[in-house]
Amino acid sequence: MKFSLGAIQYFWPKQVVENFYQQAADSSVDIVYLGETVCSKRRELKFDDYMRIAHMLREAGKQVCLSTMTLLEAPSELRELRKYCDNGDFIVEANDVGAIPYLQEHQVPFVAGAAINCYNQHTLRKLMSMGMSRWVMPVELSREWLAKLLAQPMVKDVRDCFEVEVFALGHMPLAWSGRCFTARSENRAKDQCELCCIKYPEGREVTSQDGTQVFVLNGIQTQSGTRYNLVNQLPNMQGLVDVVRLSPQLTGTFDWLEKFRANSQGEHPQQLATNDSNGYWLALAGLVQQLD
Amino acid sequence: MELLCPAGSMPALKAAIEHGADAVYVGLKDETNARHFAGLNLDQAGLTEAARYVHQHGKKLHVAINTFAHADTFEHWRRAVDMAVKAGADVLILADMAVLAYAAERYPKVEVHLSVQASATNAAAIEFYKQFGVKRVVLPRVLSMNQVRSIARTTDMDLEVFAFGSLCIMAEGRCYLSSYMTGESPNTAGACSPAKFVRWDEADDGTLESRLNNILIDRFAPNETAGYPTLCKGRFTVGEDTYHALEEPTSLNTLSLLPELYKEGIASLKIEGRQRSPAYVAQITQVWRQAIDSVMSKPDNFEVQQQWDHVLAGLSEGSQTTLGAYHRKWK
Repeated sequence: MKFSLGAIQYFWPKQVVENFYQQAADSSVDIVYLGETVCSKRRELKFDDYMRIAHMLREAGKQVCLSTMTLLEAPSELRELRKYCDNGDFIVEANDVGAIPYLQEHQVPFVAGAAINCYNQHTLRKLMSMGMSRWVMPVELSREWLAKLLAQPMVKDVRDCFEVEVFALGHMPLAWSGRCFTARSENRAKDQCELCCIKYPEGREVTSQDGTQVFVLNGIQTQSGTRYNLVNQLPNMQGLVDVVRLSPQLTGTFDWLEKFRANSQGEHPQQLATNDSNGYWLALAGLVQQLD
Repeated sequence: MELLCPAGSMPALKAAIEHGADAVYVGLKDETNARHFAGLNLDQAGLTEAARYVHQHGKKLHVAINTFAHADTFEHWRRAVDMAVKAGADVLILADMAVLAYAAERYPKVEVHLSVQASATNAAAIEFYKQFGVKRVVLPRVLSMNQVRSIARTTDMDLEVFAFGSLCIMAEGRCYLSSYMTGESPNTAGACSPAKFVRWDEADDGTLESRLNNILIDRFAPNETAGYPTLCKGRFTVGEDTYHALEEPTSLNTLSLLPELYKEGIASLKIEGRQRSPAYVAQITQVWRQAIDSVMSKPDNFEVQQQWDHVLAGLSEGSQTTLGAYHRKWK
């Protein structure tokens, strides 16, 4: 079982990002995803910065994967996407199908991100025929769904030709909009957002009127109000999941990495926080936390 | 420019055709379409009857099979495609690559449109779906008019846009908010904020609370109009403020954009609302028929008639309409 760091979902100042990846280089993580996946206006780091960090991480022995934008709307965003796909050095995570034809041109293997709608064996095989070498399961799917899919004969036949990755720690990306909700929360128009999301390195909490945290606003992305935490589910991922993804958080990411590693076979279960959830994996509503 | 109207039942379908729709879209009575509600949609006999009726009037029938197939019941989606073709559907509206591939291989002559649930928001994604023989793409409601224009000018694909109805503010097909709260999403179960999870509580002071799977979505004062608790349209608290954090309960209305959409060669205008009544469908269709006829006869002198706006406002959520993402300022 390998562990990965997903792309940083929030908008962090450049120095914070640099420090984070320095820590990643020194950590036990196997795979690192790099790049801006949420909003093309966030330009603390440019493509060249990511490439520099990518090389640094590779030298530290990490597998690096460039992660691309999820909601692509403007022609300028497609030009930036092209740059990632043409990088010539690192594999790429496609978070929108628009990236796939570019990657096919180079005949390079790619990772199909969680926002690409692959729900069944036929779609999975289709993506493999285009060059997919790793599949990140959509966040809303369960262990049961995954097991059923992987048990299909047409998948079993090729199971050694692709890896399965599961989002396992962090606030889950649940939706993308044309509208920026962080700007809206500050009563600003998207065009005059002044990149105010940099003030919220963990997003902005949204609570119901009776105090339940329901969502986290992260620019145009809406995340789960709970932190998804599958640390205690790792034993029942054995044989199904190849890569376990941790989504970078402002603090504690690398401590959690060690806790996850330690509990791969269930030797060191962790107490979940009140605001942790595991519902999706257990085929329940996403926000549910079921005790073991 | 085609007027494409919704029908969740035979009476609604007849209302659409009688009031001027060029085509009607329907779904089957199962989880294969994104409006899988109790009492809605057609079975095989209904579909055959619908096709016969629509064709008698020289119009077209589109069938939406636009959820994502499950691993162990892929057969249901295949059967839905077979059933639609057998009934005489003119167009299949599909989202899942697996279903697209099946239709392309099995029925290469049947016209296929890419459902909004496939979330093709850019020219590269549209390019990607060409391999499945897609003839038309339905654009998600997250794009601005400038972005629609830019796509229209870079692709040779026919485009369809949403013209009126419930406003989905998230990129469709990539929104898991509903399963996050209830376990069921449009992608997996064909429904958003499903009715079986809705609960209404009235307090002693007359305050009405709407809940979805026990999560408080909104609270209404006795004199306020209470709307269905679609989870992205509730009032929540961010920082110190309690407001519609994601979106107000309002409907999309693009009447004023008609000349621009027409000039960009948009092939079809889609009216949302398979869950609506035949009376609703009749009124909406009538207004849009007049508006489209008007823009096609004098594209440079098109004016939105007050009476159209009046009718549409009466049929809208919270009696409010918006240009949504088409208008940059909304974002």
